[in-house]
Amino acid sequence: MRSLTNTPTRYGWAMIILHWLIGIVFIGQFALGFVMVRTASQRTSFELIQLHKSFGFLLLGLVILRIAWRLGNAAPALPASVGALERRTAPLAHFALYALQIALPLSGWALVSVSTLEIPTMPFDLFVMPNLPLAVSDASESFWIAAHWYLAYAGIALVAVHVAAALRHHFLLRDTVLARMITPSSGGEENGRSIRS
Amino acid sequence: MHARILGLAAFAACLAVPAAAAVALSDAAGSYTINPSGSSIRFTIGKAGGGGFDGTFGRFKGTIRIDNGDVGRSKVDLTIYPESVGTGQGRIDAFLRSDAVFDATNNPEIQFRSTSVTRTGDTTALVTGRLTARGRTFPEKFSAELDGLKGGTIKFHVTGKVLRSRYGMDVGTPLYSNVVNFDMTLMGRRG
Repeated sequence: MRSLTNTPTRYGWAMIILHWLIGIVFIGQFALGFVMVRTASQRTSFELIQLHKSFGFLLLGLVILRIAWRLGNAAPALPASVGALERRTAPLAHFALYALQIALPLSGWALVSVSTLEIPTMPFDLFVMPNLPLAVSDASESFWIAAHWYLAYAGIALVAVHVAAALRHHFLLRDTVLARMITPSSGGEENGRSIRS
Repeated sequence: MHARILGLAAFAACLAVPAAAAVALSDAAGSYTINPSGSSIRFTIGKAGGGGFDGTFGRFKGTIRIDNGDVGRSKVDLTIYPESVGTGQGRIDAFLRSDAVFDATNNPEIQFRSTSVTRTGDTTALVTGRLTARGRTFPEKFSAELDGLKGGTIKFHVTGKVLRSRYGMDVGTPLYSNVVNFDMTLMGRRG
């Protein structure tokens, strides 16, 4: 049985797809963010910034969907191979990842809302996204630019830890932590070590 | 009684305006050099979600020649220096001057050369011509209204819409409208 929802030990399709989609968009946004502010052509830079805004709103939507899904569909238990320290820290790290995936788009939205450039936002040219009700000023714009940068650095650091932990589980501990985020719940429940080990 | 006199005076004044204006255009015949200090070139571009942004060109030059007897043979030449664009926001000005929009370094002039002038009223005319920006030329038309004529100076209020996309300046659409609304006051001095 290929399940859309999570089981006590495995993730369902919905969570797996949301996880990788959000992962790709989130990491892509870091890359796009760095490139767009270093592009010499003002035109290309402008267009990349609009694309960054579009993907930011997509990310916000996906993360809200994921949190809603997760609230109604508990994550599978950690395999027995996960140690006591990680059992305590992993949920905190995952909570922080969710928090940053909300905070980054919101701080970006705040940034464009207070910017004295007053450039409208149209995610993927589809509709006009209203600005947040914040006062426009150079000082606020500087503040939100700084906040967006610091949050981005925190996000990159956390994603790096997340990826390193997943690789450690897969290649060093040889458990199902990474595998179960790739293959969905398939009826046959296994806990702890995968067949590979 | 007073009311009737006032009414008559108002009626007479109404008659007098177009008559005086009609005279004005033929009186206006001659060559004028556009005087930037008495003139202004403003533009506005609508923004998605309402509002828009406006700017001015601070530096421009040109001539207006009004043909004696045949308004249709009148001519208008206008050269705008896009480097002088001003929106009140330095970052937007730099963006507009850059190769994203005007590419002012490689294309220092925007030129309008009239090809025909058609009178549309006592004090109004439609000016058709060729607009060149960023190396591309297209026909454009502007409405001109005589706004004053005295002591060797002439003043026109000129409005028109230009589609920026065909001049290679489509950046920012559809966030910003493709239509640029021009609103100019051109004051010319005889000679």
